[in-house]
Order: sequence, then structure tokens, then C-alpha cells
Amino acid sequence: MSQVQSHDSESSARGDHAARLYHQPWPSDWWLRRASFTLFMIREITAVFVGGYAIFLLVLLFLPAGAFQAAVQGPVSAFMHVIVLVMALYHTVTWLNLTPKVLVVWRGEERVNPILLTAAHYVGWIVLSLVIVGLVVFLAGGGA
Amino acid sequence: MADENAILEVFRYQPDQKSEPTFQRYEVPFHEEWVVLDALNYIKDHLDGTLSYRWSCRMGICGSCGMMVNGDPKLTCSVFLRDYHPQVMRVEPLRGFPVIRDLVIDLDDFMNKMTEVKAWMIPKEERSIEQGEYLQSPAQLARYRQYSTCINCTLCYAACPVYGRHTEFVGPAAIALAQRYNMDSRDGGYEERAETLFDEHGVWMCTFVGDCSRVCPKNVDPAAAIQQAKVSATKDFYRSLVPWGKRRTET
Ligand code: SF4
Ligand code: FES
Repeated sequence: MSQVQSHDSESSARGDHAARLYHQPWPSDWWLRRASFTLFMIREITAVFVGGYAIFLLVLLFLPAGAFQAAVQGPVSAFMHVIVLVMALYHTVTWLNLTPKVLVVWRGEERVNPILLTAAHYVGWIVLSLVIVGLVVFLAGGGA
Repeated sequence: MADENAILEVFRYQPDQKSEPTFQRYEVPFHEEWVVLDALNYIKDHLDGTLSYRWSCRMGICGSCGMMVNGDPKLTCSVFLRDYHPQVMRVEPLRGFPVIRDLVIDLDDFMNKMTEVKAWMIPKEERSIEQGEYLQSPAQLARYRQYSTCINCTLCYAACPVYGRHTEFVGPAAIALAQRYNMDSRDGGYEERAETLFDEHGVWMCTFVGDCSRVCPKNVDPAAAIQQAKVSATKDFYRSLVPWGKRRTET
């Protein structure tokens, strides 16, 4: 009986405690309150452009020649490409800079310098980009 | 002897008197060597004994004096008045947590999360005293050492917008501590923790804002711990696809 009573009083004390708590509101403009939060939001939004451009490229594959030309030429297309390029660069740079947080390489007791890891990723990115540019130029020249 | 005053605006919540919080302004003597906690102690001892807040060690070890100072989560025993003065210092309870009274937050949710992720050693093999100690090489220690320095101050939770909006998120420190044990060569609790760590309220809720690591006073880098836990979960997934795959991440 006494156990039941103490259990009851404990749960009513808990309920009382919960009722008296003040819940601090989380501001909906939190992402404007610190520069790093705003930059984070921009990074997230750039993903939409990168993903959107990937879909655009897939659609291009299935367009007839005339429509293809229309889609990739002209000032609207040029403007869109500049915007997407800026977004993709921001996206890539921010993620490459974060790589050492995700990828930790150990040599015995020593952690491989995170700057080296980031630098290796930048080198890989630049080399791959140059290869792709070279390929495109080669194919555009008729592959000769 | 101080010849000027520092001004603090302190969050007051006294549920026995008012259902809504208010801010109260106090003037304390400005001393170069005073930390914000010294100013709160001065208020408590000389101006207003009703002010409630937590503290203990006064040296960045116990993790109990965390508060928002001008909107940023800080250990109040580790930030000086001179860092803000002559600016007014606004002192509030850590954001994201329910407030019990004044600057005292309710830590039940955090404590439950530490239990859910089993933030303790689950030995890989039981050893008797006769068998001797669990040995570990310096290289094995290095793998998790950074994550073991957490003092449970919860500043990282106050910095985390995901936790701020979805308190069901397991959160930075609990994940960092789970990762600390998962990476310990003596531990065998990975499977037991995986259920909580990798469910819909676990690591995948993290969008990598990274502010938890910025505010951490012990350089634990919980954001890195969370991303590395995601890598472990991903490797496990791919291992589970092949018949010879073993569902235990290597550390
Ligand atoms: S990870 Fe850092 S900020 Fe978070 S509780 Fe531990 S010591 Fe505090
Ligand atoms: S009083 Fe212990 S960490 Fe500040």
C-alpha cells in the first residue's frame, strides 16, 4: 500500500514538474542569426541546382537535335549555366573542405594531416575536370 | 577595486510567481579577471539571492555552468567579463532545453539519450581479475581519445538547429560518446548501440551544420563523430548486401 502511495506521489510530482517547465521557442529565422548558419543554408540550397542540372543533362540526352541546340544555346542558357556553375563550385568547395571531418586516416598513432587530405581531393577534382574538358574539346573537334 | 560596473541582463523564470520569463538587469563591479560566473555569484551573494543557476568546479571540468551569453552557448566559468564589457551581457539558459527555473535547464532528455545510446563500455570479452587488465595500444587509444574528453556540458545541443527544432534527435554529445565507445578496441557494444544510433532519430537527422563543433569547449568535434558514424552505417549497409559481409564496422 505504501509503495502504491509513494509511486503515486512520485508521478504527480513528475507531472507537476513537467507542467512548470518553460519551453523556450526556437526562432524560425535561426538561419539568419549567424553567418555560418546562413552559409550552411546556401550550401543546402546549392544541392537543388546541382541536382536540377543533373536532371537537365539527362533530359538533353533524349532531345532531338534541334531541341538540343535550342536548349544549350542562347543567352538564357548561358545565364543558367553561369548560375549553375557558381552554385556547383560553392557546393564542391564547401564539401571538399569538410572532407577531413568524415574521412580520418591514421598512420599508427598519428592522424594524417587533414590539410593533406583536403589538398588531395582538390588535386583529384582539378585533374578530373581537366580530363573532362579535354575530352569535350576533343569530341567537339570531331575526335580528330 | 573596481571603479566601473559591468551590466548583465539575466533571464528570470520563477514558475511559482509568473508563468512567463522576464529579463532582470544587474550591475556588478567590473574586474578584468572575473568570468561571467563570478558576476552571477556576485549577484547571488550581494544583490539577489533568488537567482538560480548551476555551477560547481569553476574550471571547465564539471560541465554544469553552460548558459547562453549574448546568444552563444558558453561555459560561464570560462568566458571573461572583459570579452564583452562595455557591451551589456545577456545571460540566458541553454537554448533548446526546457527551463526549470531562471538559468537552470531540465537535463532529463539528455540523460535519457545517453542511456539510449549506451554511452558506456560494453566489454568485447569478459575478463576475470586473474586474466589481468584490458590492454590497449597507444594507436588504439588515439582512435577515440578526442571523443572521450566530453564533459556533458550540452553546449553542442544548444548550438544545434536540428535539436532545437526536433528534440527527438539523439544529438551531438550522445552520438560522439557512442562513437567513442564504438571506436574503442576493448568494446563490443556496436550492435547494441546501432539500433538507436542509426534509426530515424539518429545520425541521419544531422544535416552537418557543424555549429556543435564550433561551440564545444573541449574540442570533441561531435560533428565529425556523427559523420564518421554515418560512414560506419553506410559500410554496414553495403556489407549486409554481400553474403560474406560482416556487420561490424572496423575502427
Ligand atoms: S561534445 Fe563538447 S559541447 Fe557537447 S557536451 Fe561534450 S564537451 Fe560539451
Ligand atoms: S563550473 Fe564546472 S565547467 Fe564551469
